[in-house]
Amino acid sequence: MKVYKIITTLSVIGLMSGGILSQLSNWASPLIEANRKAETERAIFLVQPGGKSYEMINVPGVELFKVFDENIASIGYAMVYNGNGYGGNIRIMAGISDDLKEVRAIEVLELAETPGLGTKITEEPFTTQFKGLTAYPSIELIKGAPPLKPNEVQSITGATISAKAVVDIINNGLRIVRNSVSEGSQ
Amino acid sequence: MKKNVTLSKEFLKGLWDINPVFRQALGLCPLLAVTVSAINGIAMGLASTFVLVSASLLISSIRKLIPPQVRIASFIVIIATFVTIVDLVMKAKFPDLSKELGPFIPLIVANCVILGRQEAFSSKNSPGRAVLDAFGIGFGFLIALFVLGSIREILGSRTILGFTVLPDSFEPWIVMILPAGAFLTLGILMGIANAYNIRKERIAKQTLMEKFKMAVAGRNVNQPEAK
Repeated sequence: MKVYKIITTLSVIGLMSGGILSQLSNWASPLIEANRKAETERAIFLVQPGGKSYEMINVPGVELFKVFDENIASIGYAMVYNGNGYGGNIRIMAGISDDLKEVRAIEVLELAETPGLGTKITEEPFTTQFKGLTAYPSIELIKGAPPLKPNEVQSITGATISAKAVVDIINNGLRIVRNSVSEGSQ
Repeated sequence: MKKNVTLSKEFLKGLWDINPVFRQALGLCPLLAVTVSAINGIAMGLASTFVLVSASLLISSIRKLIPPQVRIASFIVIIATFVTIVDLVMKAKFPDLSKELGPFIPLIVANCVILGRQEAFSSKNSPGRAVLDAFGIGFGFLIALFVLGSIREILGSRTILGFTVLPDSFEPWIVMILPAGAFLTLGILMGIANAYNIRKERIAKQTLMEKFKMAVAGRNVNQPEAK
């Protein structure tokens, strides 16, 4: 008798909880999906300022979007790639020119870096260095001196690992994109 | 268990007398983790209060139906349901805030303040009192989160709720937005709270002693030594 009461109580509570949550989840999941999409969209048009529309390109290992202007002419790519920083995963979106040789702008989507030090990778002046940066053959990180060559980025004092992670993520992502795009065109 | 506590006292005790953070040292994990800024503290406090009040109301209403052997399991399922509701609603409607608080919203399930109140209060009291108690404890928690978040935000990033309050010449104390800053601030605040309480108790004791002495002296005057 007592055992039955225990079982019934727990079952009823569990069933009710499951029922309520499944209803709520039906309501919430399209909204959550829309939020995620809006966020990606916002980031794409941030790293490709002239962009008006985009389409996803299937490249294994990288999230890649081809971005078009108002005349549906291609103006370049938006690439999402991630890698390890100092405190955890860093996810970056970079706007890249059509020939894959120039970075237009970057936007950090996710990070777990030290507040006040590593988080400087999301702030100026570090991010401004990526506007119109030559990324071919690769981006170089330099320390202590202002950059001289068009493919150089100055590191952040106290957050070298985070700054290096950003540069590495973009270089690695670009390498994958270059390989697959050149294969695709042949 | 009959208690003669007024309803307002039922609410107010949570704000200071049994404040979950300063007096009971409960719920410190989310407290230390999310109080990088005042707004995070408020959001966390409101989310916890919502869960606490809803769970208290439901659990105190059905307290006589739950067999004691499975009460903890039932409480946790009920709390987890409300936490998931908060989490889904925040993800759908306030994506930025939800991103900022990250895993700490789902972790409200394991917040000892909430389970503690169900076990200590809601499972033994009427729904009305349980809700008042939950609001009191919830706001007590919210106040602690807000105070800690404000101090850390002011000293660590010179702003409060996004408004700059300190001049540029003030170099932000980065340690304040790191985990160490949370421990330092909480330690100092708890020290102040304890000092205040010790002082209050001492004064109460002194007045009691004086009353006692006066009573004794009065008796001595009234009743000279009998012989």
